[in-house]
Amino acid sequence: MKIIVCIKQVPDAKDVRLDPKTNTLAREGVQSIMNPYDQHAVEEAVRLKELLGGEVTVLSMGPPQAEEVLRQAISCGADHAVLVSDRAFAGADTWATSYTLAKAVNVIGSFDLLLCGKQAIDGDTAQVGPGLAMRLQIPYVTCVQKVRQATDSGLILERMMDDGYDVLAVDFPALLTVVKDINEPRVPSLKGKMRAKKVEIRRLSAADIGADPACIGLPGSPTQVVKVFPPEARCKRAVFTGDLDEQIGQLVDSLQPYL
Amino acid sequence: MLIIDTELCIGCGVCESSCPFGVIAVVDGWAVVGDGCTLCGTCVDGCDPGAISIEGAGKDTAPLDLASWSGVWVYGEFRRGALAPVSLELLGIGRKLADIRNVPLSAVLIGSRTGEAARQLIAHGADTVYRIDDPALAHFTDEAYGAILTSLIRQHKPEIVLAGATAIGRSFIPGVATTLGAGLTADCTQLAIRDEDGALLQTRPAFGGNIMATIVCPNTRPQMSTVRPKVMQALAFDGERQGMIVEVKPTAAQLVTRVRVIESVVSEQDNVNIQEADILVAGGRGLDSAQGFTLMRELAASLGGAVAATRAVVDAGWISYPHQVGQTGKTVAPKLYIACGISGAVQHVAGMQSAETIVAINRDKNAPIFDVADFGLVGDLFEIVPKLLRQIEERRKS
Ligand SMILES: Cc1cc2nc3c(=O)[nH]c(=O)nc-3n(C[C@H](O)[C@H](O)[C@H](O)COP(=O)(O)OP(=O)(O)OC[C@H]3O[C@@H](n4cnc5c(N)ncnc54)[C@H](O)[C@@H]3O)c2cc1C
Ligand SMILES: Nc1ncnc2c1ncn2[C@@H]1O[C@H](COP(=O)(O)O)[C@@H](O)[C@H]1O
Repeated sequence: MKIIVCIKQVPDAKDVRLDPKTNTLAREGVQSIMNPYDQHAVEEAVRLKELLGGEVTVLSMGPPQAEEVLRQAISCGADHAVLVSDRAFAGADTWATSYTLAKAVNVIGSFDLLLCGKQAIDGDTAQVGPGLAMRLQIPYVTCVQKVRQATDSGLILERMMDDGYDVLAVDFPALLTVVKDINEPRVPSLKGKMRAKKVEIRRLSAADIGADPACIGLPGSPTQVVKVFPPEARCKRAVFTGDLDEQIGQLVDSLQPYL
Repeated sequence: MLIIDTELCIGCGVCESSCPFGVIAVVDGWAVVGDGCTLCGTCVDGCDPGAISIEGAGKDTAPLDLASWSGVWVYGEFRRGALAPVSLELLGIGRKLADIRNVPLSAVLIGSRTGEAARQLIAHGADTVYRIDDPALAHFTDEAYGAILTSLIRQHKPEIVLAGATAIGRSFIPGVATTLGAGLTADCTQLAIRDEDGALLQTRPAFGGNIMATIVCPNTRPQMSTVRPKVMQALAFDGERQGMIVEVKPTAAQLVTRVRVIESVVSEQDNVNIQEADILVAGGRGLDSAQGFTLMRELAASLGGAVAATRAVVDAGWISYPHQVGQTGKTVAPKLYIACGISGAVQHVAGMQSAETIVAINRDKNAPIFDVADFGLVGDLFEIVPKLLRQIEERRKS
């Protein structure tokens, strides 16, 4: 089994705050973390490897410091790591990102299964996984909450829907995006951490993957951000007075439109 | 790439302080861009000397004949015998956009035994409904639904395509957009038409709702968006409205799917589709145990709402994952959100801060949930919620 997991480095949500004075994102001490959903994707890949044999490659497109999350994935059981990094990728939207990742996957070579997180928590788009599958012309299943059965030829899966779940069967090669419910990621082992320190991370540039300059970064992105602004501030909280019963009474008054 | 003209840069630092991502710094008298630049353009607009520009922006990459694309389309999501409410909401905003653009509004209906759904789409604002009704489409599959929608779009060339940001919409629409080479903006909360050129302005929250971004697709068509349930307003049902139903037969190739649906299970426990609920009663670790959710269900039942939860209690196994609200759960925008025993961690707030009204019940008066709440009650939820229930009942009687 050859499994490739796409992982992204994202700013940690608890640090991303809007500075009320300047209306910009406060930058002090913003830590970067592995996209939480991608941790579950790495874990699932490692579990499938343990079950069926094979190897797990983690792949990220991002600035040089994205090496950190690749090393983290190695410490959790992934075997190889690839970083596609080039200034020319800056400003990529999901269309250009899926193009770039698809090109990189082709350089990595053959695979049975590709795993992504459901979405990246910085943009919350959930579009790169399906886009990548379309470019590689393989079937995909989004929001996988459980792998029921895994064999050398394919998988039986549960995919989360709004009103329940669907049980699906798919043969390799395929792409899955996973939700948090699928597993509990392990903590890195000591051996894993040692390996993560030493592992050589393969670097690929735009030229290495044979990317068409018109399809990457900002020029390759059909969507363009024209404006960023702070969300409308919520109105100030109403203060109730009196004892608890009176306060609840005032709350019920306020909720009248919803009753 | 962001280009800084060192001849023009005066090192004033306006870009440094306005960069939403904090990646510009003034070093040795001029601005330097670090990694992590998303080319959002905020600095370009704010730079008085005009020293900053974006290379590659505005370049005509695809000299596509934009004018040949016309009309607004809405994907009418049909599952288990009914239309998703968000599809009707999209017809509401779709109607407005179509009227401004002076073009027709169409809906695409894919499924099996769709019955009156096409009529319903017309009654809610559609001029034309493309109906693809086939037994092979009884279950949703990304491949078949995607192939059919892609081919219809190629054939009719609508300028705008909207779909609900539901499990289904967020799954197959990205595939369609990739194949078409079209820009797709996820999870929009506002849509408008730009006066100058008629472009679709798509506004969505990013970074857990900490910033809003407005996005356009200048060079590609159609302009595609998924839109969150509950943020747009459906038009009232008008049975007199006239429209056309166009039957479309899928080709055999379109129905081939490599993913096989074995069964489709409706969750029997509670109503898990919390994104479509008008009222949500949410519980956190303050409920003490799974038992605590009995109280939440009672309040939800009394208000006609559904039950939501924090990650902490989902991880504890008190309630299932589909109920989780937040960054690694669902994003909801109900009319009323009652948070009980929830501290208000940023990851939770990210998923619920666009609720119309937020009520917080927490015994810790310093809990951050009170910062986003419109109404707050400080106290023990096991005392407050039963009293609240009783007062609501009394109010209804009187
Ligand atoms: C990567 C990442 C992703 C995450 N994603 C999510 C997510 O999607 N959704 C999410 O919710 N969280 C998420 N979290 C977790 C989040 O950080 C918080 O840990 C979680 O939301 C806390 O849940 P809680 O409010 O139920 O529990 P607590 O933080 O323990 O708060 C319980 C609250 O209940 C109050 N309380 C206790 N007893 C009573 C009582 N009898 N009456 C009234 N009040 C009482 C307490 O004062 C306290 O404020 C994520 C965390 C990480 C690191
Ligand atoms: N730059 C990237 N590098 C590697 N994987 C990515 C990147 N961007 C997105 N992904 C993958 O695609 C998933 C969905 O991301 P998104 O569509 O951005 O919400 C993530 O969970 C990752 O698995």
